[in-house]
Amino acid sequence: MREPTGPPAIPPGEPLLAVDEVSVRFGAIQALDRVSLEIRRGEIAAIIGPNGAGKTTLLNVISGFYHPSEGHIRFEGRDRTRLRPYDVAALGVARTFQNVALFKGMSVLDNIMTGRLLKMRGSFLLEALYWGPAMRQELLHRAFVERIIDFLEIEAIRKAGAGTLPYGLQKRVELARALAAEPKLLLLDEPMAGMNVEEKEDMCRFILGVNDEFGTTIALIEHDMSVVMDISDRVIALDYGRKIADGRPDEVRADQGVIDAYLGVSHA
Amino acid sequence: MLDPSQDTFPKLALQNARRLSGRVAIREKDLGIWQSYTWSQYVEQARLIALGLASLGFTRGDKTAVVGDNRPALYWAMLATQALGGIPVPLYQDSIEKEMEYIVDHAEARFAVVEDQEQVDKLLHVRQQCPGLEYVIYDDAGGLRHYKESCLLSLEDLQERGRKFAQEHPGYFEQEVAKGTAEDTAVIAYTSGTTGQPKGAMLSHRNLIETARSAIERERLDASEEVMAYLPMAWIGDHMFSFSQSMVAGFTTNCPESATTVLADLKEIGPTYFFAPPRIWENILTSVMIRVDDTAWIKRRLVHFFLDLARRVERCRLAHRRPALRDRLLYPLGRLLVYGPLRDNLGMSRIRIAYTAGEAIGPELFEFYRSLGINVKQLYGMTESSALICIQQDGDVKLDTVGPPLPGVEVRVSPSGEVLYRSPGVFQGYYKNAEATRETLEEGWVHSGDAGLFDKDGHLKIIDRARDVGRLAGGTIFAPKYLENKLKFSPYIKEAVCVGDGRPFVAAMLNIDLASVGNWAERRGLAYTSYTDLAQKPEVYELIRQEVVRVNRSLLEDEALRGAQIRRFLLLHKELDPDDQEITRTRKVRRGFIGQKYAPLIEALYGAGDSVQVEAQVTYEDGRTATVRAAVRLSDAETFAVAGAPA
Repeated sequence: MREPTGPPAIPPGEPLLAVDEVSVRFGAIQALDRVSLEIRRGEIAAIIGPNGAGKTTLLNVISGFYHPSEGHIRFEGRDRTRLRPYDVAALGVARTFQNVALFKGMSVLDNIMTGRLLKMRGSFLLEALYWGPAMRQELLHRAFVERIIDFLEIEAIRKAGAGTLPYGLQKRVELARALAAEPKLLLLDEPMAGMNVEEKEDMCRFILGVNDEFGTTIALIEHDMSVVMDISDRVIALDYGRKIADGRPDEVRADQGVIDAYLGVSHA
Repeated sequence: MLDPSQDTFPKLALQNARRLSGRVAIREKDLGIWQSYTWSQYVEQARLIALGLASLGFTRGDKTAVVGDNRPALYWAMLATQALGGIPVPLYQDSIEKEMEYIVDHAEARFAVVEDQEQVDKLLHVRQQCPGLEYVIYDDAGGLRHYKESCLLSLEDLQERGRKFAQEHPGYFEQEVAKGTAEDTAVIAYTSGTTGQPKGAMLSHRNLIETARSAIERERLDASEEVMAYLPMAWIGDHMFSFSQSMVAGFTTNCPESATTVLADLKEIGPTYFFAPPRIWENILTSVMIRVDDTAWIKRRLVHFFLDLARRVERCRLAHRRPALRDRLLYPLGRLLVYGPLRDNLGMSRIRIAYTAGEAIGPELFEFYRSLGINVKQLYGMTESSALICIQQDGDVKLDTVGPPLPGVEVRVSPSGEVLYRSPGVFQGYYKNAEATRETLEEGWVHSGDAGLFDKDGHLKIIDRARDVGRLAGGTIFAPKYLENKLKFSPYIKEAVCVGDGRPFVAAMLNIDLASVGNWAERRGLAYTSYTDLAQKPEVYELIRQEVVRVNRSLLEDEALRGAQIRRFLLLHKELDPDDQEITRTRKVRRGFIGQKYAPLIEALYGAGDSVQVEAQVTYEDGRTATVRAAVRLSDAETFAVAGAPA
């Protein structure tokens, strides 16, 4: 089995993902207005901004759910502006959702195994018979998934139904499923929303761990400023669909434009 | 007497590798799959660790601190240390740094073998104060990639060093093992101690092997037993069952995947030989009852009907009476519908022998498991006796005794009521603490510190800690632990502390069980924000009051203790916690400390008001402290005179 950290084609610090002058319009609403940014290999980048600033739209554009009206997106140096979500996933981008999107009727283990689907090869018939190469393949995938279960400390709920779990654990399972795809870029949409302090601390630890142990590049949307300041290498601030700041956490926190956006200075 | 060819654990292990080479010695669930190691592999792993330690300059008499959840690698590390004539010192894995520092320093440990990053972090801090700790060796490398400390070494690297060392020094391991004798100290077990600093009890190979052997013979254990190793390795009980007895009898030790998966793993392994302190038996019962309460009413009725029936039958069995005809006829149906499936669901259908010890068990709790057909027996022992003194015999089990002494163990009760014992398992003394040794060990007799007496059949009965037994102002005997255990049988009460020595009546401070009371509150649509909030709800007070009244009523049956009923109680605003030093790591109440810390609450219990303001320091797991403020209610409970009417 391949190690989760493939040899980097581009050296660390180089852009893994480049968003170039991207605009998205929904009717009369300008959700993103000529936004340009880079996510660099190996970093944890936080995307912040007030409600409606366009953060989730940006994530949806990156993961192929929306296509930009203008501009380009490059992943590992290649243009892939108009790919479908499953093509994007095949390229190595995985994500979690603001509202947990697990298969509620399935067990935690099965949910995480679905994250391996793109890595599975083989004929439908062999899979159905669970025979020969299909079985060997399943065992390898299961072994990989077990490493993630161990890493995220969810052994005790492996066989529990995903829908029966408390919210904080569901978020963790969703992260596990995203990791199962061995992504090069992991997109997290508000991974700590609705969590208590202890759950947030756990999640921070896991996010830092994923970045450290698996070498995964992470872009996350988060509202909790103390979390953002603690774990991110770089912060990108959006407001009304425009990028208003991009830099180290302390720089962005001190930025007047960001402070205004959050405190609601008149834009008239 | 011990055969010199098998008078130490390393020699026994080598013998097992020859005699039982293909049999599984230890198993662990790792990445979702049970990994088995045979006796040959067990010895080979320990051999490489030992040689690795030797390559780092390990000399006879050196100590190895062992810290972590029950993992095969940590058991191997203990055997490896013993093979080199060293002494393993297992530590409680949830100890905070300060506690670890005391023991590492006191034991002068040069080496530490630990489970993972969490323990590495603690020991690296400890090492700043204890420079004598030269190497920290870890099993699980997760999160440690960027650690650059030169004292850090992975177990794999250590074993690799061991391989090289073996080539340069052929026969080294076997020579070192052969040098060991029965009188060498095999382990230093630090007692958690309800008072003062922990003391390191030194136990020799002879102590442990002879004790293990005599219990194995008495209980007819053999190499086919399966045991779960899930209690702290630092605790002498685990050392006896998962290490000593496993070596002597050659049976299999099973390490669960993690502390949170024990119940599921139990089901997969189906142990034949099982040990649990009352608190674990209680937790299992609570989790069963929560699930029963959540089922459809017809199942609930069925389960309660048959459990009540089983309890009646078990009471008759214990009293050597014949149960009523109707109960005798219905019992097999209960086995088919409820007891069998329930036992199977708990992973207890293969259990031949199960023990409870560490604390007196509530009679209701004990009856519950026995009535399901699980052979739970009481056991009495302590670190200083190599874990075992008395064990109840099959078919001769009583609710309130711990059975007769094991063969080779002498027990007597001193004029003051304290239990004294003498046996081959009696420890060598406390490490570097001659004064404590002199106080405890007198001409081979150990002062247990427990108050007890023999019943007419020669069974020992433990009432309480000798120093805790007191009298109410009216002269009635007050045995706090006896009452507390009765209270704690309620699924809603997690911890209880009773006071009453020299007082006009008994009062209790209680911890609610957050899981079961929370579930109860949820089912009633009772909203709460925190533990403190839930504990202070009037509805919860009413719930607990009924439990206290139930205990009072049951006290009527006991002539000596019926005067000590609980007249007033309160629900504590926070859980008693070992980090706050209110209970020990083995969850024994530290009475003196609580008496001081909660003095205002205790005074309020004996005052007239109906609530009291409190302020308390709490310590978080990372060592930070914070202050909690709350108003705590006080509540009365009915007591009963002999006729059964409220007094």
